[in-house]
Amino acid sequence: MKIPIAVAGIMLAGAALVSAQAINGAGATFPYPIYGKWFEEFRQKNPSVEINYQSKGSGAGIAQLTEGTVDFGASDKPMDETQLAALKIPALHFPTVLGGVVPTYNLPGIPDLKFSSEAIAGIFLGQITKWNDPRIAKANPGVKLPATDIIVVHRADGSGTTFVFTDYLSKISPAWKSGPGSNTSIKWPAGVGQQGNEGVAGMVKQTQGAIGYVELIYALKNKMEYGSVQNAAGVYLKATLDTVTAAAAGAAKNMPADFRVSITNSPGKDAYPIASFTWLLIPTHIPDAQKRTALVNFLKWMLTDGQKNCAELGYAPLPKQVVAQELKQISKIN
Amino acid sequence: MAAPATSYASFRRSLIVTGDEVAHLVTLAFGATVVLITVLLVWNLWGASAASRSKFGIGFLWGTNWDPNANDFGALPFIYGTVMTSLMALVLSVPLGVGAAIFLAEMAPPGLSSACTFLVELLAAVPSVIYGMLAIFTVVPLMHDYVEPALKGAFGYLPQFQGPMLGVGYLTAAVVLAIMTFPYIIAISREALLEVPRDQREAALALGATRWETTFKVVVPYARLGILGSIFLGLARALGETMAITMVIGNDSIMHASWFAPGYTIAAVLANEFAEATGKLYTGALVELGLVLFLVTMVINALARLLVIATTRKGSAKAA
Repeated sequence: MKIPIAVAGIMLAGAALVSAQAINGAGATFPYPIYGKWFEEFRQKNPSVEINYQSKGSGAGIAQLTEGTVDFGASDKPMDETQLAALKIPALHFPTVLGGVVPTYNLPGIPDLKFSSEAIAGIFLGQITKWNDPRIAKANPGVKLPATDIIVVHRADGSGTTFVFTDYLSKISPAWKSGPGSNTSIKWPAGVGQQGNEGVAGMVKQTQGAIGYVELIYALKNKMEYGSVQNAAGVYLKATLDTVTAAAAGAAKNMPADFRVSITNSPGKDAYPIASFTWLLIPTHIPDAQKRTALVNFLKWMLTDGQKNCAELGYAPLPKQVVAQELKQISKIN
Repeated sequence: MAAPATSYASFRRSLIVTGDEVAHLVTLAFGATVVLITVLLVWNLWGASAASRSKFGIGFLWGTNWDPNANDFGALPFIYGTVMTSLMALVLSVPLGVGAAIFLAEMAPPGLSSACTFLVELLAAVPSVIYGMLAIFTVVPLMHDYVEPALKGAFGYLPQFQGPMLGVGYLTAAVVLAIMTFPYIIAISREALLEVPRDQREAALALGATRWETTFKVVVPYARLGILGSIFLGLARALGETMAITMVIGNDSIMHASWFAPGYTIAAVLANEFAEATGKLYTGALVELGLVLFLVTMVINALARLLVIATTRKGSAKAA
């Protein structure tokens, strides 16, 4: 009698698998650790819903959403007008968490450098080529800067991190805006490209006089040193989860209805200037009622209980005002 | 039922005939897949690069600007980087590899030879990302601290050896590629040298040649085709190498005269930018780069064939 029971058990398990609602998404890699945790926790609370997520990159996420091969997308960069126009079913942007980008550099014995807007733009434009340039020294009185070459390190792979960083540079420097501009990959005026946060961090760590940019989460996890950046109010701030959330709060007052907003160089004394939302892209119309309910429930849970998971994984949570605005947007899904 | 033996024999004979036919068809089908895959590949790349081909035309090949934001794409920096690093790698690895193969096949004591051969074959099978890590942690600092300053000191008057020394760039990529192609060249050249018939050597020795003369005037020329083959296999690996190169070339789409400067190869830019590329033109340009790499490989293979034909006519050995 044991064998039939086992067979029945397998059949039941199979039936359970079939009846579980599978929802598929694809997109940004940056929020993948927390998305993975959220989807898993949500599945434990709602065993009938299984959300699969492929972290293939923001571009791939948008492309798959446009082709209709996934139920939702995710991106570190809001969709532009052409991308929105290409969608068969319009999509809503839901900010989920916040990320920051920090400048990391290798100058032994010189921790906590302060970077003015002028200095950081000049360095990445290739116009400031020595560490003892007066434009860097001005914000760092008393620091003995060496007369060595600055070696710029940037991301070689297309990345949301690059988008946030170049979006910031475009806002603070007219020369950057009219020159390289902002995107997930750009034509860099100077420096060396490396793959991923670990590639940039590794090269900077290995090369004296190098400067690069990495995600705040990566820097925190690896206990890396990074510099302070001058914000829109003129204050020099080091990125922390609090200063990144403050950047979003600063932007919340003028939040556009579709949440497609850049929060770099955000106003406010405590707002860290190189910060960004990352978005889930949810179609406004989901024909399958079960999937629709599941996604709506997930969004509600993510915006409330889910936000509590952020800090332990190193993500900055959304400010309260933004959560309230987003909860209203959920009703647009039908 | 009268003559079971005869019918059995004819049955067997017919089986052999059909067996041959089946074998013929099966192998034909296998052979056809090679052609089919090549055609499908080109057709696919051709179709997916339509947007870029119609916008940039043939000028794509010598365009020097690669700017995803301005939607302006040119392939020359990548072609230059790919060909340059591969050729520089061969300049480094061919003398070393062929020299080592001659030693292993002709001079080394048998025990040492088989031990070294085992190691060489092991090296040839190491995944390229491992070489990339070796490169980042060992080759890059070595180049940055010793090799590049020494070269700059000795040849600093040449534009190839000027500019800031970053440790990553064309030269480092070439050194890493040389390390990666080296085992291929040794392994295959050694096989070619061992294939040289014994009587060739004995004849040379009988004519009064020294061992050294035998090796260089008889054995190496005889094995020339195999050695050339090993070099082209090495070149093929160098042209298509992706992971290790991405880690050390510096990924800069601006062309530089200096060998110390960062550059880019076709395979590296595909690996880096394809996942996040958006828009028909951008992805089209990347696919077209794939097509260009295909073309570069084909041209080089054709040149290799020509070289083989040319040297066969002149020499004494038969083509393999």
